[in-house]
Amino acid sequence: MHYKRVIPCLDVDGGRVVKGVQFVDIRDAGDPVELAAHYDREGADEVVFLDITATHEKRDTIARLARASADDVFVPFTIGGGIRSVADAQAVLDAGADKVSVNSAALARPRLLDELASVFGAQCVVLAIDAKRVGAQHPLAQHPLAQHPPAQHPPSQGDGPSQPQPPYNDGYTDSNYTDISRPPDTLPAQSWEAFLAGGRTATGRDVVAWAREAVERGAGEILLTSMDRDGTSEGYDLALTRAVSEAVSVPVIASGGAGELEHLTQALEAGADAVLCASIFHYGRHTVAEAKAHLAAAGIPVRVR
Amino acid sequence: MSATSVEIAVVDYGMGNRRSVEKALEHVGARALVSSEHAALRAADGLVIPGVGAFPRAMERLRELGLDELLLERLREGVPVLGVCLGMQLAFDSSTELGGAAGLGIVPGEVRKLESGELKLPHIGWNEVSFTEARGRVGSPLIAELPSRCAFYHVHSFAAVPADTQDVLGTAEYGARFVTAVQRGSFYGVQFHPEKSSAAGLRLLGNFARICAVAAAPVAP
Repeated sequence: MHYKRVIPCLDVDGGRVVKGVQFVDIRDAGDPVELAAHYDREGADEVVFLDITATHEKRDTIARLARASADDVFVPFTIGGGIRSVADAQAVLDAGADKVSVNSAALARPRLLDELASVFGAQCVVLAIDAKRVGAQHPLAQHPLAQHPPAQHPPSQGDGPSQPQPPYNDGYTDSNYTDISRPPDTLPAQSWEAFLAGGRTATGRDVVAWAREAVERGAGEILLTSMDRDGTSEGYDLALTRAVSEAVSVPVIASGGAGELEHLTQALEAGADAVLCASIFHYGRHTVAEAKAHLAAAGIPVRVR
Repeated sequence: MSATSVEIAVVDYGMGNRRSVEKALEHVGARALVSSEHAALRAADGLVIPGVGAFPRAMERLRELGLDELLLERLREGVPVLGVCLGMQLAFDSSTELGGAAGLGIVPGEVRKLESGELKLPHIGWNEVSFTEARGRVGSPLIAELPSRCAFYHVHSFAAVPADTQDVLGTAEYGARFVTAVQRGSFYGVQFHPEKSSAAGLRLLGNFARICAVAAAPVAP
């Protein structure tokens, strides 16, 4: 019996959790390791740490985080943020992490995925994609596999998928876009554009095409975040989840938008192998155990403690 | 001797997640060290063979370091040894991986590619291990106080096929049923990663620490 996974995600800045509330069994809600150990005890199947620290000392920061996590977290954990080379990944994996997640560095230099997979194996390599819907008038929607030069944008002021997004402005006018407030599945033929981590810089890459290429290069898993849904609590982008899950043979982790337990069921039924959750757990709205019980009641195979 | 004062050495031959195993052993109260020094491995009350990677290369490394003979010597003395993932596979007679190689020959049988059918390899993730369907070993101290069906975290493409079904301690299913836990004499092997299997994995490692403590206790006069 292969189980679907529930994965809490912790955004970490300078070694501290960006958002989080106090749980009764932990002393410090800002300590990523304490929070991760709490989720382990609650029944989380894995934990993802995304380091959004915008400094050059990243490699040390994330290796320290991996080392501390290995002391207290006894489920597999992934570390993302600031991994740009085999040496970066080696430091994190040696310290005890099970997988590394890469995003912008792989968009900038896709061969990084081949290198990581050949040294560590595909099972250690997670490609994170920050995806944003584009409307039917967008060039990507008309030519989904077309390549475009990156659009010009002001420099990014930080990283991390959970930060509030500034008004989207990449030179196209609003009339170029389909109204994204409409229910996802009633939209016409859709596509999604990959953005650099942090979501301010468009890359011109079609998300489905990028996911396919990444898997061919050696990504063992796709962590797929909907930027449109992230932080909204309106549910995962199911059309996006379905499109990428159908396009690749590796597991897809749905991310962005979980607000209710039913949202987790929906994403797993849409083809995701795992669901990434942040605020739904961090703010104490639901526990991991409640999420597992809800999924089990819906007939989805999950590990229940 | 109690499980808290027992010393368990994680055999370091340059492959696998030694640090995670070490920390999980410490978490269950054992004194843990990671070493390839023969003296340290001879002084320990129990040994863990970790491992992630290819079978032939791992055997080559063990031989280069003289650790193959040391492991066999300690097993002859009755010292408990736990093989984890590739560390379990190495205990068998041979593996077909990468053209094939001989193993340590502790457990009769061969290591072969998982017959997963349509399912993709490597097999990664939580999988339900069934201890009850394995015959003969229901009372093994390694699985004491674990439910008869229990999820453990797996990452592997190959699996052991023991020649003697009496050695089988647990099985799981991925396309087809495969052996995921064995015991023969004082050798214990698990294909999954107890150090990444949350409470169930820690329980199993705690059981192993107790096995080591019992084996190390002086015989009553």
